[in-house]
Amino acid sequence: MSRSITATHCPYCALQCGMNLSGGTPETIEVRPRDFAVNAGGLCQKGWTSPALLGSPSRLTTPLIREAGALREASWDEALDLVATRLRELRAEHGADSVAVFGGGGLTNEKSYLLGKFARVALGTSQIDYNGRFCMSSAAAAATKAFGLDRGLPFPVTDLAGADAVLLAGANPAETMPPFLRHLRAARAKGGLVVVDPRRTPTAEQASLHLAPAPGTDLALALGILHATVEEGLTDLSYVAERTTGFDELWRIAARYWPEHVERITGVAAADQRKAARLLATAGNAYVLTARGTEQHATGVDTVNAWINLALALGLPGKAGSGWGCLTGQGNGQGGREHGQKADQLPGYRGITDVAAREHVAKVWGVAEHTLPGKGRSAYELLDAVGGADGPRALLVFGSNIAVSAPHSSNVVDRLSTLDLLVTSDIVLSETSLLADVVFPVAQWAEEEGTLTNLEGRVLLRSKALDPPAAVRTDLAVIAGLARRLGQPASRFPFEAEAVFGELRAASKGGPADYSGISYDRLRRGEALHWPVPSPAHPGTPRLFLDTFATEDGKARFVPAEHKGPSELPDEEFPLLATTGRVLHHYQSGAQTRNIAVLNAVEPEVYVEIHPDTAGRAGLEHGDIARVRSRRGEMRARVRCVSGILADVVFLPFHYGGGQRANLLTNPELDPQSRMPEFKVCAVAIEPAGDIA
Amino acid sequence: MSPMNVVIAGYGMAGARLADEMRTRDPLGEATSITVIGAEPHHAYNRVLLSSVLAGSLRPSAVLLHDEKWARAKGIDLRIGVGTTAIDPTARTVTLTDGGTVGYDALVLATGSRPWIPPVEGLTTDDGGLAEGALTLRTIDDCAQIRHRAKPGSPVAVLGGGVLGLEVAKGLAAIGATVTVVHPGDRVMERQLDARAARVLTRVLASHGIGFRIGDAAARYVPGAGLKLGDGSHVEAATVIVSAGVRPETTLADSAGLLVGNGIVVDDALRTSDGRIHAIGDCAQHPSAVAGLVQPAWEQASVLADLLTGTDGAARYRGSRVVTRLKARGIELTALGETCTDPDEPGAEVLTFDDPAGCRYAKLVLRENRVAGAILLGFPDAAATIAQLHDRGVPAHSDRLGLLLGRALPGGAPTASSPAGLPANALVCRCNSVSKSALVDAWRAGAADVAALRTATRAATGCGSCADTVQGIADWLADSA
Repeated sequence: MSRSITATHCPYCALQCGMNLSGGTPETIEVRPRDFAVNAGGLCQKGWTSPALLGSPSRLTTPLIREAGALREASWDEALDLVATRLRELRAEHGADSVAVFGGGGLTNEKSYLLGKFARVALGTSQIDYNGRFCMSSAAAAATKAFGLDRGLPFPVTDLAGADAVLLAGANPAETMPPFLRHLRAARAKGGLVVVDPRRTPTAEQASLHLAPAPGTDLALALGILHATVEEGLTDLSYVAERTTGFDELWRIAARYWPEHVERITGVAAADQRKAARLLATAGNAYVLTARGTEQHATGVDTVNAWINLALALGLPGKAGSGWGCLTGQGNGQGGREHGQKADQLPGYRGITDVAAREHVAKVWGVAEHTLPGKGRSAYELLDAVGGADGPRALLVFGSNIAVSAPHSSNVVDRLSTLDLLVTSDIVLSETSLLADVVFPVAQWAEEEGTLTNLEGRVLLRSKALDPPAAVRTDLAVIAGLARRLGQPASRFPFEAEAVFGELRAASKGGPADYSGISYDRLRRGEALHWPVPSPAHPGTPRLFLDTFATEDGKARFVPAEHKGPSELPDEEFPLLATTGRVLHHYQSGAQTRNIAVLNAVEPEVYVEIHPDTAGRAGLEHGDIARVRSRRGEMRARVRCVSGILADVVFLPFHYGGGQRANLLTNPELDPQSRMPEFKVCAVAIEPAGDIA
Repeated sequence: MSPMNVVIAGYGMAGARLADEMRTRDPLGEATSITVIGAEPHHAYNRVLLSSVLAGSLRPSAVLLHDEKWARAKGIDLRIGVGTTAIDPTARTVTLTDGGTVGYDALVLATGSRPWIPPVEGLTTDDGGLAEGALTLRTIDDCAQIRHRAKPGSPVAVLGGGVLGLEVAKGLAAIGATVTVVHPGDRVMERQLDARAARVLTRVLASHGIGFRIGDAAARYVPGAGLKLGDGSHVEAATVIVSAGVRPETTLADSAGLLVGNGIVVDDALRTSDGRIHAIGDCAQHPSAVAGLVQPAWEQASVLADLLTGTDGAARYRGSRVVTRLKARGIELTALGETCTDPDEPGAEVLTFDDPAGCRYAKLVLRENRVAGAILLGFPDAAATIAQLHDRGVPAHSDRLGLLLGRALPGGAPTASSPAGLPANALVCRCNSVSKSALVDAWRAGAADVAALRTATRAATGCGSCADTVQGIADWLADSA
């Protein structure tokens, strides 16, 4: 039998490494890294092992319905009919907003788009949001304020290879997207890799200069480095004058954050702040890159803006070979935030309150503008509202494991338990699906076609390499099947990806994220298309802002942002600060990677990273089981003593379920602008679990 | 209810901060109306940064805390270039230099401090002002004057070797002036440093071209010639910068009959002996505050803003943990807490590292495993860490030497220098979880070069940073085969 090769992309992070799949069955399928721009022939262990889930015994192969408290197997018709009937009843009794939809940043552009349309047209609900609210929403809001447009990296990732200096703030790509580090080799070799992280992460280990601020003080650090830049006469004055506005107002704040003062707040030596300023300012080409460590705070937007302000003072954004960018996390974290699964958004990165945008999209959808609902609740607010007076009574979840990934997860699980109907579309029986009334088994990345938009705004086509198991359908088919049962014409909800993409092109036309010039044919030919691509002949826009920013006057904005610090500070009862994050061998809530034996064998259980002195004082030794408590809950984790962590900080990876959920502890305090929860800092106490050996 | 009428006498770092903090809590002025009275003809500025202006690294306009739009935007009645001449606590009014009076419900004295002028013959004129060529560094205008006089090659004497004096000396030396510090005490920065630290610091500053006359008091100043010292010797100086310390500005409080010690006496609610009058910053004397630093002033402003706006009626100021930094380019000096503790004192654990030739000195004082004091000269990383431990009250690391010296934290990927010495279970490729032993096994199974090892184990196919290590292991295996 000939082994045909399918060129596709990895199912995990936003780097979307190119890979070739060969072999047409789960048993024979093999993965090889492809010499694609973003990964240059590299793959991490998650990518290498990604096919293992295709034939895994833990995957779902038939719809499930809860009956007498337990999930039983059901036919597709039975499951779809049941859900449609219940949705119709709830809508009739409680109104359209009693049904809510929750999406994910791992869903393809086509799914994100169709899900948003399904919510607004088939359900008529305003209540739709997605887990990207937990990831990139702060960077999105900050970039829009500063530049008038949000595209994670406004330049191709390969541009980074020409950098003399790169500052990574709150990013740990050595674990989260390892092949990305290949692009930082030159900066590293030149001694120009600056890493800002409270922990000595594997990325920080590679840094030329590691700045370790106390959790929640990053904003002050950015102000300190900006102050040092001014003090050392290193600001790009002509750039600031010609391409920006608002410096003077910002400086009134930054003048109060001289490096020695910032050292008191952050614990980062004033000398190191000045060194970072000099490294960036004297580099020929330099970048400032931010990620979740910057964003996942109740002050996440301000903190991202603080780093953008630094980049602007140095004259980096909108200059070929330099810039600011956000390292997007989830596989389609970029595209997922552009096409309408966000509460305030319509396709093409349009605002749902913008009348012209509503009219355009309504026309594409063949409905009247006034029938489109307005803005709904943001992710955590939506989940927290479940069971409340005006809260949702039914929730449909696609591509997200909210029982693990949402903050204060015991509250989220409590809320979910009050639902009249919880429906999930899933590949394995995740912690959320375990709570569901109906579970739809859906296809995985290699079993279907679809596009994703990677961290640099490049639209990629994932191709189908093999058929899904017999009784497994695609998310698109689930949405289309429900829409039809809710009385929608079949033509309005196609389930073939390419057909959905055709609609998405039309809906996005003229919007900030304009995909109208992109076609599957162009993608199949291997064209590198970065949005906007406003016409079929347009070559795409690899670099944004070279001539002008997307603001009204074409200038970038210094956004004044004051340091506030974490919402919760340590006290006598909870004397330590916990920060959460990722490990190399798991992805997001771990629903996929915990089911892949070789990955799970490396990191099989949650652990708590702690300084050996702090552990010792708590009566804990390396390898013990600790109970970690916050004001919201407690969890158990195995103690891992490391010396590269601040003495009053502990770290917890959030990939685990049940009593191992780090999010049992996290603080659901939200950023007022992005509605991002404060995942990165909360006050905790630690002690021996006692009852478990 | 009409808003409470708050008058802030003094528009320096404390007064300006208080107004800002109050407006953060009460943005629309529903609880408070604010009048700020400032004698200097400028908007408030960051006095801490004056030494940077003097050294030429910041423009004078860069240290302004507010611009001309501030008062209007915040709804504050700002009077600048106007002094306060008297308080009438009974009528609850203050009188201004322009003849006007302003009534208050609450008055805040943020009048700051003034330089202390030592009794040196010829230093002051009959009218009490400073003689020609003698200057202090307290205001932005002082800064401009000093910059104007201290040209490269010009001889300057700095009277007083405290923090400000040394910062000025370093700044002026950096722009080429010939600087001599005249300090009557037995060591520089005696409030912050022990004798050894002061010696090392003096040596470091001397290497930057600064001359020192320690233990010598100036006896006489002759404009144009310089200073005559107590021992009869002469220090040439076209300019003398007086930095002999400051005294709280208490004139107003004295004449209003408030209780005044060294400064205006306040309690934990920052109240003076008149319950409607508060004082913050350098002019105030709180039992647990150290005067002359901005941090206590800002912390007091925050507490008082809570109280005056009604945001937190229980807010109290209980003192500040002070960290002194010498702001001088190229010199990293931090001092905090008790620094002169005898190493043999029972109950105290004192560590020192003394390296004058290397321009370094470190001292750490611990009590009950917590940082009680430290001096760190030339150890910026340790200084930042130790200050955090001090501020947060976190127990000190058991690796005392690492803590004292800010030694780089251990860790890091195994390097290729000695593959033979790596333990078998050492993780070589983190991205693909490949240990040294897995590479050795693959080699023995026939993967006998780097490309074959990559294919067999996937090592170095992730981020690629272990490529050299894998090469080293392949070379070592080839050599030892």
